[in-house]
Amino acid sequence: MSRSRKVAFLAVAMTLVAAASAAALGGERYGLGQQASPALIAGWDIDARPDGQGLPPGQGTAADGEAVFVERCATCHGEFGEAVGRYPVLIGGSDSLASSNPVKTVGSYWPYASTLWDYIHRAMPFGDAQSLSVDETYAVTAYVLYLNDLVAEDFVLNRESLPKVDMPNRNGFIAEDPRPDTPVGTPCMADCKGETKIMFKSKPLDVTPEGESN
Amino acid sequence: MGPGVGRRAFISGGAALTAGLAAGAAGGRIVRAESAAGQPPNVPDWSRYLGAGVDAVPYGAPSAHESEVVRRTVEWLTATPESSVNFTPLQDLHGFVTPNGLCFERHHGGVAEVDPADHRLVIHGLVDKPLVFTMDDLKRFPPVSRFYFLECAANGGMEWRGAQLNSCQYTHGMVHCVQWTGVPLKTLLDEAGLKPKAKWLLAEGADAAGMTRSVPLHKALDDCLVAYSQNGERLRPEQGYPLRLLVPGWEGNMWIKWLRRIEVGDMPWHTREETSKYTDVMANGKARQFTWVMDAKSVITDPCPENPMRHKGYHPITGLAWSGRGAIKQVDVSLDGGKNWHTARLDTPVLSKCLTRFYLDWNWTGEEVLLESRAMDETGYVQPSIVELRRVRGRNSIYHNNSIQTWLVGANGEVENVQIS
Ligand code: HEC
Repeated sequence: MSRSRKVAFLAVAMTLVAAASAAALGGERYGLGQQASPALIAGWDIDARPDGQGLPPGQGTAADGEAVFVERCATCHGEFGEAVGRYPVLIGGSDSLASSNPVKTVGSYWPYASTLWDYIHRAMPFGDAQSLSVDETYAVTAYVLYLNDLVAEDFVLNRESLPKVDMPNRNGFIAEDPRPDTPVGTPCMADCKGETKIMFKSKPLDVTPEGESN
Repeated sequence: MGPGVGRRAFISGGAALTAGLAAGAAGGRIVRAESAAGQPPNVPDWSRYLGAGVDAVPYGAPSAHESEVVRRTVEWLTATPESSVNFTPLQDLHGFVTPNGLCFERHHGGVAEVDPADHRLVIHGLVDKPLVFTMDDLKRFPPVSRFYFLECAANGGMEWRGAQLNSCQYTHGMVHCVQWTGVPLKTLLDEAGLKPKAKWLLAEGADAAGMTRSVPLHKALDDCLVAYSQNGERLRPEQGYPLRLLVPGWEGNMWIKWLRRIEVGDMPWHTREETSKYTDVMANGKARQFTWVMDAKSVITDPCPENPMRHKGYHPITGLAWSGRGAIKQVDVSLDGGKNWHTARLDTPVLSKCLTRFYLDWNWTGEEVLLESRAMDETGYVQPSIVELRRVRGRNSIYHNNSIQTWLVGANGEVENVQIS
């Protein structure tokens, strides 16, 4: 490029940049990215909300879901959702939340059935996600709800009925964050407390992984 | 004690004292054998023979002598390593920046191996024009670089019911701090144009967990970034390569890795990660939901169980403090279990929503000490004790344990994780 052409090119470039940033400042756009077509979005838009938005047409019952569960889920979650080893339990725990050992399951803890549909559809079976058909997802969701005594075996789960499933812990959540919930302000610097006792020691428990660090 | 004369005097007498203290003993990491051949007055091999040439290691790696400085996991915590966590070795780090290879990992479906040429970010829902971006598109937006800490809401979660893990790495290592580079999320949302009813976003990952979290729009427009770099290089695969959402100061689970989709809506989605998980059960059985901010916290990283006291005399106590509400204003250190406090020196820079390094000069005379640090941030929030936290939240919360850590320094120099009244 000759020197004069270079200068001319730069000048044009500067004008363009100025135009672009002016546009951006005015809340306008950089013109980057492509319009996403409905077909493109549909392939990835897999979420479902408590009000049913996002649930696709289709249906299934717990009776239909039993076979799916036994084949695709039971190796980790157990035949009745009781779990194998350290995999998550999917049943039980009712009335345990205020105890010293809360057992948080679909039945005892989850506030919405839509979450179960959404999660199974996107993430289960673990290691083969998004492999269940829509009907299989309705059926196996119904089966997990059935294992928790939340629907009958022949209850037809679909986009209309699912948002209406009564979840026992629906009102168990506090949506407003009440923190800070401990004293704030100028911290105490001297003579802040009386006698101090050691309540817990970690060494005797001996649960820290052995390794070069310990 | 001031540094200077006292410190020199100590160093000269140090070797003799070492034998009686925790060096090499249980509780501390192995102390390497020394070899006289490498020390003065001898001339070591490395002063005589040529070393490796350039490019011997095209992507540099730490010295072989630092092989213990690694992330570590607690295998019994989880069913599988693909849905698991490991921990940053805070006890081995200096300053406030975490090296990329030491940033803790938390995955729910393993590390997605994403080809950046095929990666797409889709923005749709309550927008004027749904958009799909390539990585090249995203890098053409005006970039910004920011330091932010990232902490898992479950950091310290094992300690709610009592002192459990005898380690700084395992009790506090689900935090890291790097310099991120990317595009403000607001820029991308403006590009698509928000509809008036927009109030929430759903951010979704491209991994096998399809990780999803609802983010309120006010946060998205405030300081969220969509990042493609950390500490100057492209994101590490385990940190979400090629694209990650940053939600500064808020719990790490929301920082969606392998970010592929943002849907704009008018209510939260109540995904599994914001109902079944990342909700905090109180003593009465009710659970707090949408507890996003990571409150002020601090920990002493030396001494700690991995860094026992090997010498009497001068020792610079050091540690890290951070707050999701802003910048750290003050860190105090106690040697008597919280009865009296001494204000520590903050190393600079002190940045908002970022790890801050602190120091306190100390002269250890060999007595037993209950060592603690307490952070206060610019909003006046003060890090609570575990007793205070339990009083308001019970013991079953799992998440958001930002309590003061107590290290018991024994007369033999060993350091133990304890909880005190
Ligand atoms: C290979 C083992 C495996 C299989 C097979 C499997 N899961 Fe899972 N499941 C897991 C793991 C691991 C998790 C926890 C993942 C995490 O930590 O994010 C999980 C979590 C869940 C949860 C959420 C539990 C909670 O309380 O948060 C549900 C519900 C679930 N699975 C349902 C299913 C269903 C339905 C199937 C069959 C279609 C299935 N899973 C198959 C391993 C498995």
